[in-house]
Formats: sequence, structure tokens, C-alpha cells
Amino acid sequence: MTKRLEVQKTYKLYIGGAFPRSESGRTYVAEGANVARASRKDLRDAVRIARQAGAGWSGMTAYNRGQVLYRIAEMMEMRAAELAALCRGAAEVARAVDRMVWYAGWSDKLAQVIGSSNPVAGPYFNFTVPEPTGVTGILAPEPPLLGLISRLAPVIVGGNTAVVVASEAHPLVAIEFAECLATADVPGGVVNILTGLRGELAPQIASHMDVAALDLTGADGDVAELERLGAENVKRIVRGRPDTQSPYEIAAFLELKTVWHPIGM
Amino acid sequence: MTKEKRELAHRAVTAAIPTAWDYAPAPEARDIAKIQERYGLFIGGKFVEPKSGERYTTIDPAREEPLAEVAQAGKADVDRAVRAARKAFANGWSTLRPNERAKYLFRIARLLQERSREFAVLESINGGKPIRESRDVDVPLAAAHFFYYAGWADKLEYAFPNRKPRPIGVAGQIIPWNFPLLMLAWKIAPALAAGNTVVLKPAETTPLSALLFCDVLRQADLPPGVVNIITGDGRTGAELVSHPDVNKIAFTGSTEVGKAIQKTLAGTGKRLTLELGGKAANIIFDDAPLDQAVEGIVNGIYFNQGHVCCAGSRLLVEESIYETVVAKLKRRMSTLRVGDPLDKNTDVGAINSKQQLDKIGSLVQAGIDEGAEIYQPPCKLPERGYWFVPTVFTNVAQSYRIAQEEIFGPVLSVLTFRTPDEAIEKANNTPYGLSAGVWTEKGSRILAMAQKLRAGVVWANTYNRFDPASPFGGYKESGFGREGGRHGLEPYVVLDDA
Repeated sequence: MTKRLEVQKTYKLYIGGAFPRSESGRTYVAEGANVARASRKDLRDAVRIARQAGAGWSGMTAYNRGQVLYRIAEMMEMRAAELAALCRGAAEVARAVDRMVWYAGWSDKLAQVIGSSNPVAGPYFNFTVPEPTGVTGILAPEPPLLGLISRLAPVIVGGNTAVVVASEAHPLVAIEFAECLATADVPGGVVNILTGLRGELAPQIASHMDVAALDLTGADGDVAELERLGAENVKRIVRGRPDTQSPYEIAAFLELKTVWHPIGM
Repeated sequence: MTKEKRELAHRAVTAAIPTAWDYAPAPEARDIAKIQERYGLFIGGKFVEPKSGERYTTIDPAREEPLAEVAQAGKADVDRAVRAARKAFANGWSTLRPNERAKYLFRIARLLQERSREFAVLESINGGKPIRESRDVDVPLAAAHFFYYAGWADKLEYAFPNRKPRPIGVAGQIIPWNFPLLMLAWKIAPALAAGNTVVLKPAETTPLSALLFCDVLRQADLPPGVVNIITGDGRTGAELVSHPDVNKIAFTGSTEVGKAIQKTLAGTGKRLTLELGGKAANIIFDDAPLDQAVEGIVNGIYFNQGHVCCAGSRLLVEESIYETVVAKLKRRMSTLRVGDPLDKNTDVGAINSKQQLDKIGSLVQAGIDEGAEIYQPPCKLPERGYWFVPTVFTNVAQSYRIAQEEIFGPVLSVLTFRTPDEAIEKANNTPYGLSAGVWTEKGSRILAMAQKLRAGVVWANTYNRFDPASPFGGYKESGFGREGGRHGLEPYVVLDDA
């Protein structure tokens, strides 16, 4: 009796809701698989597409955005076994799913908790609302799934779009997760995931002029140099913790807009 | 509007352009501001001689006359100031009962109110701004800022749910010359309220109100070293930024310098807030209350000689009302009174420095060279001092330098638009994102515009309003962090898990 031959998956990039190979045709070997090695051009494409996706994603109602994040958690739960096989195990997946649900619930509470109505000394109605910063570059930290979710969820729940560089050593779970995104009603381009060499991609994302914010929690190289590159367009740069959840993590990727209007009859 | 009606309206507003009425001079008394011949550095609660041995002369830009010799703090002086701040932080200020800290700030607010005329006059003498503005805006707002943050000092835990806020340590603060005392208040008040100590560097050209403020600190009996004030130029600022024992830098100034500071701090883990340049769009729709809008345009760009980072320096007018708005604006400009900052009738005072005057002049020349049409009302300027006539450019293309670069002077560029989308597109088409203005009677349009403008402050049917309770700060290359309001505390605290 012949044993059935398993159909193996090719791990590719996730850009604009599609799964392209690197335009460079390059791969590298990680976790026993040939993984796409994203090029500078792939990164630029991802940033351009993330920027285009910004208006639609931030223009969605907060209720809607929350439901999309919740849907991501649903898809993750469904693929829990596959995800677990590619990260540190079921416990990591469980924490990652719960974290996504936790952030999903924040979407329509942010403006109330972070925003304010301001009692100015004059006949003006004055209020402050949080708004997304824009395209955010994320160097995902370990552990490969929980680290990625912990940094990504607070970025997108506030209406930003993201270009994520997955763990270089453990990239497979990030692409497995991308398949959750692709089936979770996340508009194409809101989250883009690149696999490849950190040393190549990190300086490019840090210096890209259309990237507005940078999460360097997962940076393992020369953080100072990345921060210096980021200063060229006054990027908001965050170095947080790989396993944490709080509204302060969301606020780090939000701008505050204050609006004045006179009061009068 | 039909073409005839439009022409009639145009004729009506252009008909008799009155020139500024001749008013009798109404000068504020100069001698209320006592200026010393020489100032040292305010470190550890007293004035000390600069170790650098260097001094420079600060002047009255309206008279081009020297006012005082001030110290140019060098590396050793910066170090001395940071040590004093560190000592004060460790020796009690950071652990002082918060309600006691609050009372010091309340005292400072009250003292500023009591001495408000003295500060207003000094501010106008050293900076060139009209006394009407320093008296009615700068000084009262500075006092209000201390009063506002005083109240926060013992309520910090209510500002940060589920966190335990604690002070960061020594804050290095660098402020600009356009609102010297007010910017000092924006920086010092939240820093002290949160329990930090401060080394503040006023701008090179406008150190005197900060040096007078040291006397307020003395009267308030603030513990020595909690606030240290060191004067000097950009070199002093650079020393402060790179000092290893400073935990946080707060900078207000140009985007160029802001980027350099961010680069210097890269990888150090030092906290940073930046309030940088702007090139704000002030957008006028055809249904706007035009007379009010024209007042808003004038206030938006000619307030403080246009030395305002959030100045409405790009006027975007809906095409159908373009002629009317420009005609009304020119008429209004012709009534602006330019001259002696200490005269209570003055609307536009002196340009802060020769260097700034030259910069404005070269950008205006670039506007002319690139093909924009310049208008300046007839205007008699004093013979001495640094002056620039309120200027408006029409026929401006988006690509012109005067539409792209921050001029920081009384120079307005007028552009037009046909649809709200075009207005948004043009308004946001800049690396800056500090502020914007919208004028329309349609409420839903105001809210839609306010939502789409990428700017930290949006003034709708008003412009250039400020309040300690109202957060202020930029998007994009206009910086990050907020000053004012509950949000203005965040840059001065470390949030520990509760």
C-alpha cells in the first residue's frame, strides 16, 4: 500500500490581502521551510498599499472595526492547532487569541477613555479625539505569535494600518496567522506581513518616509541606528514589551486632535 | 451670485479703502520693567557667574538698542544646572507631598498675576510683540497654565487609570522666542506638577522674562534647584540635550532642530516631546460669515507678527468668493497699525531679530521671483528697529516656497479651491500637521473637515485660541506629544503598573 503524499504549503508574503512571493524571487530557509525573503521593493509595495488602505480602515465605524478584530480571533481559534504547531504551543495561541478579543473590545471605547471635553476659559466648545497616526512599521518580537499579536492588535484597533516584519527565525506562524487575516474580513492592505532578513528590512522600514510610526519592540539589531533613521520624518517610535496589553499601548499609536468652535446664539 | 452682483459686492468692499486712522500715541510705561545690566545663570536657587566666562547682549528689536548682558552657558554650566536639578529631585521635590507641590504652583500663578504688567512690558521690550498681546494673551495665559497644572499635582492618579504615575526625573526644556514666558509656563508647569525638576533654556534672543521669572520663584520660596534657568544659544541647547543625566527633553522650535534632537537621543531611552513647525491652512467656504472670517484670517497670520508655529499662513478660499475675500482682507490689512510694541494701539510689533527679518525677506523675495503677486498696505515704519509690513501673496501655486515653507512672519499666501475634497487635499499636502482653520456656517461640514484635516488643532470659525485645558501639539513633522490639558501630563510621568 502506498502512503499518501502530503500536500505541502509554500510560505509566501502577505501584502494587500494577497499572498505574493517576493518580487526578488529570493527565499531563505527557516524552520525547515523555504520562506520568502522580502526585498526593498516588497517593503515599498507593502507601505504603499498600507497607506492606501488607511482611509477605509480608519473611516470604518469603531463598532465595525471591533467586529473585524473579533473575527480575527474567531479565525485564530479555528486554526489553533495549526498555529500551535508553529509557535511555542497551545498556551501561546490561547493567550494570543484572548489578547485579540481583549483589543477588539477597545475599538469603541478609546475615544471615551483617551479623548476629552475641555473646559476652556471662554465661549468655545472644545474637545479632543484620538485619531490614527498612519502606516506603522512593526518588528515583531518573540514569542513569534504572541509577540506579533501583542504589538499588532493595539496598532490596528486604533485605525492604523501595519507593515509587519515577522520573526526571522520563526516566520511560519506569522504567515499562518496571515491566513486568519485573509479570511477574517480584514480589508486588504490593513495588515501586511513580510518575512525575510531583519538586517535588510529593518533599516528600510525605519527610514521609509511614508511610515509614520515604528514599533521596535522586536528590534534586535542596532536600535539607535533605527531610531536615528526614524527621526528623518519625526516618526513616533515605540519600544514596548512583547507580552502586555493595555490601552496605553493603543494610545502610543494615536494622535490627539483638538477642535475648537465658538458657542453663541 | 450673478456676475453683476459679484461685481457690485466687489466694488462695495473695494470702494473706499480707509487708511489707518491717526491715533495719538498711547505708550505703556517702560520703566515698570526693571532690567539689570548683567544677568548670571539661575542655578540651585541663585544667580551664578557662568563658568564659560562668555556673555552676549540681548536687545530691544524695536529700537535696536542693547538691554542687558546675559550669560552664554557652556558645557560646565549645563552640567552644574543638571546636577542642581538632580539634587533637588532626589532631596525632596519628587517625594514632597503632592498637595504641597500644588501650593507652590498656585503661588507661582498668583505671583505672575500680581506682577503681570511688569512681565507684559518686559516681554514686549525684549521680544517686540505688541503690549496688547503680551498683556492680554501671553501673561494671563502663562499664569492660567500654572494655575491649571497646580490643581493636577495632587490628582495625578486620576489622570492615568490603572497606573501609578511617578516623575521621570530631570527635564531639559528648550523654548522658542515667539512666546517666551508662555512657553516657559507650558514647559515648567506640567513638569513640576508631576514632580520633576527642570533645567530650562530660554531662546537666545528673549531671555529676560525667564530671568525675571527667577524672581517669582524666589518670592514663591520654591526649593533651590527645582527650576534652573540657563541662557545661551543653540550650543547651550545641544549640551542640555546630550547631557547624560537628563531624563526627558521637551523642545519647541523648528522642525530642523527637532529632527536633530530626535537623532541625538536615538537609542538613549530618554523621553522626548517635540512641538515643531507648521504651515497651517485656513479654509474659507463660500457660506462662511465673511467679515468674521476676515478677522480670523488677520488674527491667524498677523497675530504676534506671524511668529506663531500654528499661524494660518496658507489661506484656502473657495473660488466663488475669492475676489470678495481678498478685497475685504486688503481693506482690513490697511487698518493694521504697525509700530512701537509698547503702544497700546499697535497691532503688529517688531520682528524678533535681524536674522528672522532677513529670513522673512528672502522668502518673500522667493515668492516674488516665483511669480506670486504681492500686496502690502501703505504703511509708515519706524526708522530704527526690525519691521516687516503685513504682506499677502495672491496667485500662489502649491509648489511655491511661500506655500511650502514656514516663513514665521506676517506673510500670507492665498490659494483657492473648488470642492471640499480639493481643500482637504491641499491643506494636508505638507509635511507639517500642527493646526488648521475652517470657516463655514454648515455644522456637518465643519465636523467632516475637522475629521479629515491632519492637524493637531482645528479651529472652526475661530483661530489662534489657546487655553491651559486644551491640548496642543502636532501631527506628522510638526512633532509629537501634547501640551495642555490632562494629555499634557503624560510627557512628564512614568506609568508603573498599578
